[in-house]
Amino acid sequence: MPNTGDEMTFTQFVFYFFSAILLFAGLRVITARNPVHAALYLVLAFFTAAGLWMTLEAEFLAITLVLVYVGAVMVLFLFVVMMLDINLDKLREGFWDYLPLALPVAILLMLEMAVVLGGRFFGLDKAATPAAHPAGYSNTKELGRLLYTQYVYPFEIAAVILLVAIVAAIALTMRKRKDTKYLDPARQIAVKRRDRVRLVKMPAEKRMETGSQKAGEPQP
Amino acid sequence: MNFNMTDLIPMLPEIFLLAMLSLILIVDVMLKDGQRFVTYVLSLLTLAGCAWLTFRGLNTEPVYVLSSMFVDDAMSDVLKLALYLAVAIMLVYSRGYLQLRGLYKGEFYVLTLFAALGMMVMISASHFITLYLGLELLSLSLYAMVALNRDSPVATEAAMKYFVLGAIASGMLLYGMSMIYGSTGSLLLSDVSVALQEGIGQKIPLVFGVVFIVAGLAFKLGAVPFHMWVPDVYQGAPTPVTLFISSAPKLAAFAFSIRLLVQGLEVLHTDWRDMLILLSVLSMAIGNITAIAQTNLKRMLAYSTISHMGFLLLGILAGSQNGYSASMFYSVVYALMSLGGFGMILLLSRQGFESEELDDLKGLNARSPWAAFLMLLLLFSMAGIPPTVGFYAKLSVLQAVVEADLIWLAVVAVLFSLIGAFYYLRIVKLMYFDEPLQNAPIEASSDMRMALSVNGLAILALGILPGPLMNICAIAIQASL
Repeated sequence: MPNTGDEMTFTQFVFYFFSAILLFAGLRVITARNPVHAALYLVLAFFTAAGLWMTLEAEFLAITLVLVYVGAVMVLFLFVVMMLDINLDKLREGFWDYLPLALPVAILLMLEMAVVLGGRFFGLDKAATPAAHPAGYSNTKELGRLLYTQYVYPFEIAAVILLVAIVAAIALTMRKRKDTKYLDPARQIAVKRRDRVRLVKMPAEKRMETGSQKAGEPQP
Repeated sequence: MNFNMTDLIPMLPEIFLLAMLSLILIVDVMLKDGQRFVTYVLSLLTLAGCAWLTFRGLNTEPVYVLSSMFVDDAMSDVLKLALYLAVAIMLVYSRGYLQLRGLYKGEFYVLTLFAALGMMVMISASHFITLYLGLELLSLSLYAMVALNRDSPVATEAAMKYFVLGAIASGMLLYGMSMIYGSTGSLLLSDVSVALQEGIGQKIPLVFGVVFIVAGLAFKLGAVPFHMWVPDVYQGAPTPVTLFISSAPKLAAFAFSIRLLVQGLEVLHTDWRDMLILLSVLSMAIGNITAIAQTNLKRMLAYSTISHMGFLLLGILAGSQNGYSASMFYSVVYALMSLGGFGMILLLSRQGFESEELDDLKGLNARSPWAAFLMLLLLFSMAGIPPTVGFYAKLSVLQAVVEADLIWLAVVAVLFSLIGAFYYLRIVKLMYFDEPLQNAPIEASSDMRMALSVNGLAILALGILPGPLMNICAIAIQASL
């Protein structure tokens, strides 16, 4: 998008708007004290990232990100966070002890990344800006076409990997534990009256005398 | 893109395996526990069918299909045939052991075949994505197999370690691939190679990419300093799974290295050669020296694997056709030796007894002279003593290294092999000159005894006549590269 003078084009405005929210959300994910808040900020981060992808004309990926990550993964994550009783004080223990080492390590990592990713090797001038697509171009259709023609082989292998995941998950978790209580519907239906109820004939008894009436004993 | 049905002919073995897998999955659900033999026989028949299809499709010219993502060349055919054999032998060895330990289930066979499919994808891959997906298919099946014995805390711990480290390795590999992609603009190995020859892409991101790829590769091979998972996984996993991990995947790992480093990144040979030299010297040193201190046979064989992987890398780093074919020969021979070594542990174990300590081998000669003799052959071969085939495997790799003017490296390799010979020969001493600690008879089915005998004698036979197999490897490499 050519920048005309000082004024910002609308796309640039959208980009900076989303980027600012994304940075803020990302920062809050790691600084929020409450894990539920952190998870919610992560949802915001995903959603904003999806907005950024939209400006790249990758609308299918953007929608998938929202549907899969926000809709499924993060909700599951929230459930887990809410169900687990995480002791935050314990997690935070030793923060100040580790800081003297952690800080130089983090700074060093940042510097290394800056050297590698800096303008010299991966700068904007090294890669041409992708050309804008004509109107009516469908990102979803293009992806689908590639996925089912050129990339059909990897696509099929990925399907097999998912099958392995299903088989492995069932093989590793399904078992009959001795202490599990489970119902057998077939046996429930087949039950007869005589299995459950026993009619006993007893002679009527006289009311007890007052001496045996103690607290806690069921009254007749 | 045009699509012809005939495009699918080169990948018939893969299609057949996947179809049979689906069939076995369904058949196995219908079976009662007592009928598991059907799954076993079906799995073996599937491998036989794949072997027949691969054998029929043997060709010398590489054929690329499905947008060049799949390649069928002589190297892939030979390695796949060796792979079927290794998987089939593993299934035969493990049946008795699984029956005694309540692991005789359909999932074991299904996951084994899935892993085999993953290895076939790796062996025939000519694209970064298919290489990676094949590797993931293999790894995921293996993680699950290591954890299959759910009641054993050691196995669960091993699976956890394997999974976490494997995931990191996959991440590294992907990161490296993405850097190469960013620099050359292609994911297709042949295009990457052409782009590199034309000098496209800057040096530094490319070398960074190679570093990550080599690190990921070393993780998967189990080369030092990325070897930490090997001993724990080998010891913790059920022995049949250990046997599996240590045999067939080494063939796939060899193909993986050749495809990535030679077919894709050969131009950067000088860069990855130095990294491989370091990996290989460290692997041979730490593998052989640490193995001496082990008292557990499975752990000892794990360190022995590490040192053998060092040797395997020697052939690849030599960077010549002779080196590659020597390495290929080494990987096939190593798979055979490893099958025999762990097969012996399976033979000697029985209900409630694992036979995985070195002391359990004491006086084996008095208990069963034939088993002791087979073990002797396997150990001689691992140590590289003639007339067993291990000697020729080491010799051909060393020749390639000397041809590449790396004489110091050959000397170092020989020195560490000598150190390694000590712990192999120590077992021979235990078997022949010590009193047995136990006198329980060896219980094993006749098919297992038969297969193990053939396995052991093959080591000797190939040692006396190594020519044919070496020629096959040389021809396969020549026709493929």
